Amino acid sequence: MVNTGKKLIIGLAGILFCCLAALNCYAANAFPETIEINVLSDLYEGVVFDHSMHIMMSDGCAVCHHHTTGTPVVDPHCAKCHATDGPLEVVSCQDCHSHAAVTAETMREREDVYRYHDDKPDLKAAYHLSCLGCHEEFGAPTGCEDCHARTQAGDEFFRSGQFAPAGPVGDSAH
Amino acid sequence: MSKITRRKFLAGSVAGSAAIAMAPTKKAFGASLEGFPDGMGVLVDMTRCVGCRSCEAACNQEQNLPEPDRSFADYSVFDERPHGEHRRTTEKAYTVVNRYDQDDSESVFRKIQCNHCNEPACLTSCFVNAYTKTPEGAVIYNDKVCVGCRNCMIACPFGIPAYSYSSAFNPIVKKCIFCYDTRLKHGRTPACVESCPQQVMVFGKRQELIKIANNRIRRNPGKYVEGLYGENEVGGTGWLYLSPVPFQEAGFNVALSNQPIINNVKDFLAIVPMVLAIWPALFTGFHLLATKGKSHGHGDDHNHDGQEEH
Repeated sequence: MVNTGKKLIIGLAGILFCCLAALNCYAANAFPETIEINVLSDLYEGVVFDHSMHIMMSDGCAVCHHHTTGTPVVDPHCAKCHATDGPLEVVSCQDCHSHAAVTAETMREREDVYRYHDDKPDLKAAYHLSCLGCHEEFGAPTGCEDCHARTQAGDEFFRSGQFAPAGPVGDSAH
Repeated sequence: MSKITRRKFLAGSVAGSAAIAMAPTKKAFGASLEGFPDGMGVLVDMTRCVGCRSCEAACNQEQNLPEPDRSFADYSVFDERPHGEHRRTTEKAYTVVNRYDQDDSESVFRKIQCNHCNEPACLTSCFVNAYTKTPEGAVIYNDKVCVGCRNCMIACPFGIPAYSYSSAFNPIVKKCIFCYDTRLKHGRTPACVESCPQQVMVFGKRQELIKIANNRIRRNPGKYVEGLYGENEVGGTGWLYLSPVPFQEAGFNVALSNQPIINNVKDFLAIVPMVLAIWPALFTGFHLLATKGKSHGHGDDHNHDGQEEH
């Protein structure tokens, strides 16, 4: 009797410990609930990105964060080298993807011929390629203004809203 | 500045015809020419394009083009088929995006603009030498000397040069110049490339872009069709396309030879001066030799006839 009780208590304690450890890990890797993406905003307003909701909907952090969060890697390209990697110090998109537009010259740092990451999209493309790919796949909104409202500068750029053309009537095409 | 004198013209003609006589395999010359080795280009990855038309808006702004007929945020233009064709470049739009619906896969979008050929057919067709291929890779033109003959519009295998039909008194040809004046000259990325949210386009040295493109094909099996449109077509173009569907399904002209367009007519054109300059002199000479010392052909004939009768 005593033995069984002891085992039960030890077992329960073990489970409790595991739960606490898991919670601790969770707390240590605290992620932001929402992220305002506005580093590039000019033609469009910034986007308030509901991080928590996307975590719930996705198949794990690695879908967007590649191998950086320490969670199981899903992309076979990443897995070749990073399958067993732990979490990195930096996990934010802009920590790796450059704000500046990428050109062939910046893309292939030719001095380092062994570099694998030689076709890395810039920040704007990293966001859009990642977001739109999934949004199309899962039937989420894909229109430009579904995610970010156009600024006045954007309306002027796209000749929309108050800057919209008068229409084909009366122009050069008669 | 140097004026072409009659003497120079004749000398050139003779030299030209001599060159033909000595080098019967002229084709090798055109094929070996690969433009400027450090020429810039743009790699277009059509798997990424979503048809947002940002590039069209950016081009309009950068080139100070007139107000478009429709807003750039109007996506119904993709459903239009003016004259049964997809939209083409016009005097108001140096680049346009078109959607190509597929039978068994998702629609693809293709942006068109001047492809900035290594050996541009527009350039060779222009009799006032308005066009220039710059060492940076751009095919630009001098609208001051353009007489509006539209030869380049016929010569271009991609149907790119447009015409300012709206101008009654000075209609000229209009096309993408790779943002040469405002950006390329200073080593900066073209406006359309910079505006793209999906990084569909990568700007860089053409030779580098070919490597990047081949890398993408190799690393992503099944994502792209084999081949890079523009790598060899008409002697190679500055703009290169990767496609997820066979190129003809996305409206590309796949009937083009790998020879520059000029090679189709080079042999013929080289003979023209020979015919015009040498033949008259040659045959006049023959005539003079043949009739030398014979003052009256008619009298001889009469004499001859008389002998026959006897």
